[in-house]
Amino acid sequence: MRTPIFKSPSILPGFWPAFAFSTLYLGLIVLVPLSAIFLKTATTTWAHFWSVVSSPSVLASYRLSFGAAFLAALVNSVFGFLVAWVLVRYPFPGKRFVDALVDLPFALPTAVAGIALTSLYAENGWIGRLLAPFGIRVAFTPLGVLVALIFIGLPFVVRSVQPVLADADREIEDAAASLGATRWQTFSRVVFPLVRPALLAGFAMAFARALGEYGSVVFISGNLPMRTEVTPLLIVTRLEQYDYTGATAIALVMLVASFVLLLGINIVQWRTRRFSETS
Amino acid sequence: MAHPAILGNQLSEPARDSRRDPAALRWSLTLAALAFLALFVALPLLVVFSQALQKGLAVYWAAIREPDALAAIRLTLLAAAIAVPLNLVFGLAAAWAIAKFQFRGKNVLITLIDLPFAVSPVIAGLIFVLMFGAQGWLGPWLGRRDLQIIFAVPGIVLATVFVTFPFVARELIPLMQAQGTEEEQAALVLGAGAWQLFRRITLPNVKWSLLYGAILCTARAMGEFGAVSVVSGHIRGQTNTMPLHVEILYNEYNFAAAFAVASLLALLALVTLAVKRILEWRIGQDRRDIAALAEAGEA
Amino acid sequence: MAIEVRHISKTFGGFNALRDVSLEVRDGELLALLGPSGSGKTTLLRIIAGLESPDPGPQSAVLFEGQDVTRQDAGQRRVGFVFQHYALFRNMTVFENIAFGLRVRPRSLRAGEPEIRRRVMELLELIHLQELAARYPSQLSGGQRQRVALARALAIQPKVLLLDEPFGALDAKVRQGLRRWLRKLHDEVHVTSLFVTHDQDEALEVADRVVVTNQGRIEQVGTPDEVFHHPASEFVMDFMGHVNLFHGRIESGKAVFGPLVLHHNGSSASEGRSARLFVRPYELDIARHHNGKPSLRARVVRIQSAGPQVRVELESETGEPVSVETSHSQFGELRIGSGDQVFVSLRDARIFTEDYSI
Repeated sequence: MRTPIFKSPSILPGFWPAFAFSTLYLGLIVLVPLSAIFLKTATTTWAHFWSVVSSPSVLASYRLSFGAAFLAALVNSVFGFLVAWVLVRYPFPGKRFVDALVDLPFALPTAVAGIALTSLYAENGWIGRLLAPFGIRVAFTPLGVLVALIFIGLPFVVRSVQPVLADADREIEDAAASLGATRWQTFSRVVFPLVRPALLAGFAMAFARALGEYGSVVFISGNLPMRTEVTPLLIVTRLEQYDYTGATAIALVMLVASFVLLLGINIVQWRTRRFSETS
Repeated sequence: MAHPAILGNQLSEPARDSRRDPAALRWSLTLAALAFLALFVALPLLVVFSQALQKGLAVYWAAIREPDALAAIRLTLLAAAIAVPLNLVFGLAAAWAIAKFQFRGKNVLITLIDLPFAVSPVIAGLIFVLMFGAQGWLGPWLGRRDLQIIFAVPGIVLATVFVTFPFVARELIPLMQAQGTEEEQAALVLGAGAWQLFRRITLPNVKWSLLYGAILCTARAMGEFGAVSVVSGHIRGQTNTMPLHVEILYNEYNFAAAFAVASLLALLALVTLAVKRILEWRIGQDRRDIAALAEAGEA
Repeated sequence: MAIEVRHISKTFGGFNALRDVSLEVRDGELLALLGPSGSGKTTLLRIIAGLESPDPGPQSAVLFEGQDVTRQDAGQRRVGFVFQHYALFRNMTVFENIAFGLRVRPRSLRAGEPEIRRRVMELLELIHLQELAARYPSQLSGGQRQRVALARALAIQPKVLLLDEPFGALDAKVRQGLRRWLRKLHDEVHVTSLFVTHDQDEALEVADRVVVTNQGRIEQVGTPDEVFHHPASEFVMDFMGHVNLFHGRIESGKAVFGPLVLHHNGSSASEGRSARLFVRPYELDIARHHNGKPSLRARVVRIQSAGPQVRVELESETGEPVSVETSHSQFGELRIGSGDQVFVSLRDARIFTEDYSI
């Protein structure tokens, strides 16, 4: 009879201390605190939970958070792909600088991004004043939320697509051309399918990030009730009113949505890895 | 979940490609991409510095040297100084266990490490309030001992540790996996002890990725807003980090001061990007060396 | 230092890498572990080194000079191990790599820096890489890395040197050079050495004795001569060099392979059993006419004359492929071409019957 083994034998030292420390740390810092949400929710009645989670302002915030995050991820998919394409394939002066710049939304603190974007798109801001004559208002509208979420999601798509594009074998494009394909056909039938999984992953990551975004959004949104309140904001207001139960209920819904997304991303990536290994 | 900020340096030689696409297409696509980046990335960066210096250098310096601002800077640095080393040790321990050994449930551990990325910063703050807040699990226990975690520095540190938790581990794990265990085995046969092994062989081999992870971790630690905002209590001069201080100034319509402090954070971001660039080049070297050594082994 | 392994078995998951293997290695000899991939030779090497531990068993043991070292870990055994892909420390120079084993010794046993320096320089001279002492592994060629790996292993003055496919990853010419160099080195340094290889030319050329492994078991241990000319089993004969195989049976005390009837010195118990005839290509002769010796008719399919010998591929009258090697001068006298009908006769062969070998 073989007893199931936990760990394969190895002559390298230090497994148990390293493993024990990491699991302990992970448990204390991440798992135990996260469980607080589930446990807190367990103490509320289903009726109360439902009334919080389905109240008009909360529903409006879900619509805004999910809707804007989705749209922003979509916009980022299109333009992020474009940016990645141009960075990988076309020469232009200052490319290294531009390439480094793509990471800025990732490196810049969200509060800084928040006030900068508000300043830009307010009615008297650099861009706001250009759009005002057309009746387009960005700051303090859902459009402003969208702009902020595009900003912070940008690097995810670019950095997801870039390595795949860079590694793509150019010879298959030569092969397609030699077989008579036009440039568009080569792109749409040969190159794009290769990049599609990475694009999908980038989209999902941008979506997930935008969903929970707070700092860059709360300034430009203006937090107008029922109109430009994002879900994280509602959590914060409940907390400030010491309504822990309410805050937790809303948070639980967000958490579940985020975990589902994370799972989806991992599945897509697992699938992509399978394809690349068989090629 | 693939980390987007790893190795963005994928600029391959475009010469052949540029011959494929007609010049008109190339340039219009390039301009469109650059316009998008200019609008969404460059402009916000510029407006920070422009607004910060709008009222002149004197006002700028005054805003930064103001006591509450200095307190915020100190607190930000403190939180980072505690969170980053802790997460470094964790990252090394987790990467050692995951990359060099085979055990059941490895994938579960890796997914769990990614968890903070899936959690909204506000929720990250919420969970610590639920645990340590006045009405939380440990609230009464802490209250009896007169210990403050929420609305005090320890809470800020905890929230910072949570959100910056994965960075170092995620940089180290793939690299250490790719490097394999042969060098460590060779060192063991030559008589090295466990710490000698780690210090002389393993650590030097990952030093650039370690630094890179530490940089990312530090930048995020100093810039975190949502999570810290929830646990901090916003007490001026005491529990405000730099991002929170920016928020307060902005809400008081003190724009020049808000942007002044924000500009420090923006500078930090730029330095982070520059260091990242240099390290990416170095890490690229390491990976090329690994590939070259592997190729030589298969020649 | 003499090494002995007794009744060693090793399974990985469901795979039997080694099955009850026992072996004695004499002090100072250069021994080759030869066999196809998966035959267990590397596993055996690693068990001797302490990099793997054998399956527990009442009689299983690894002995160095009579002492049981089975429970000693790799660092304590004082073995020098050269890995297949060198495993040089990429963040250290050549000098530091070689010095490593000397520098990690506990303080009480550690030599001073000047002494370490002297030893390393000595080794660098031995491997002829003095000028490259400050280089990093990524700056060296494959052959140079291999020599550094060897020097590093020798630095700790090991009691035994273990090499895992040391030349597998190198070009043919470099391999040749290094083989000769290893042999010379061994003659100078006289450390008991075991090396693993799947290349039989290498084993035959370099080693004092050869251990032929197959599917976790030892098929034969002997000098290169013994293993090549007196193979103990079919597997060994087939594995060492080219061989022609014919199927037949034992009838009325003779070995019958189609039209070929040969003398057979087996016991009567092998009567009726199937038999296999193994012949080396250079033990076959081609003639245009029947010359009285037991022969097969065959048709010439292909002639390969580019090489040290002429290789003639034929198809026998029984439909089996036959490969014959002959010298250029002998071939010249034959004057045969593709499609010709010729006679192939034997000079020497081995016959193996089921469960028996002669």
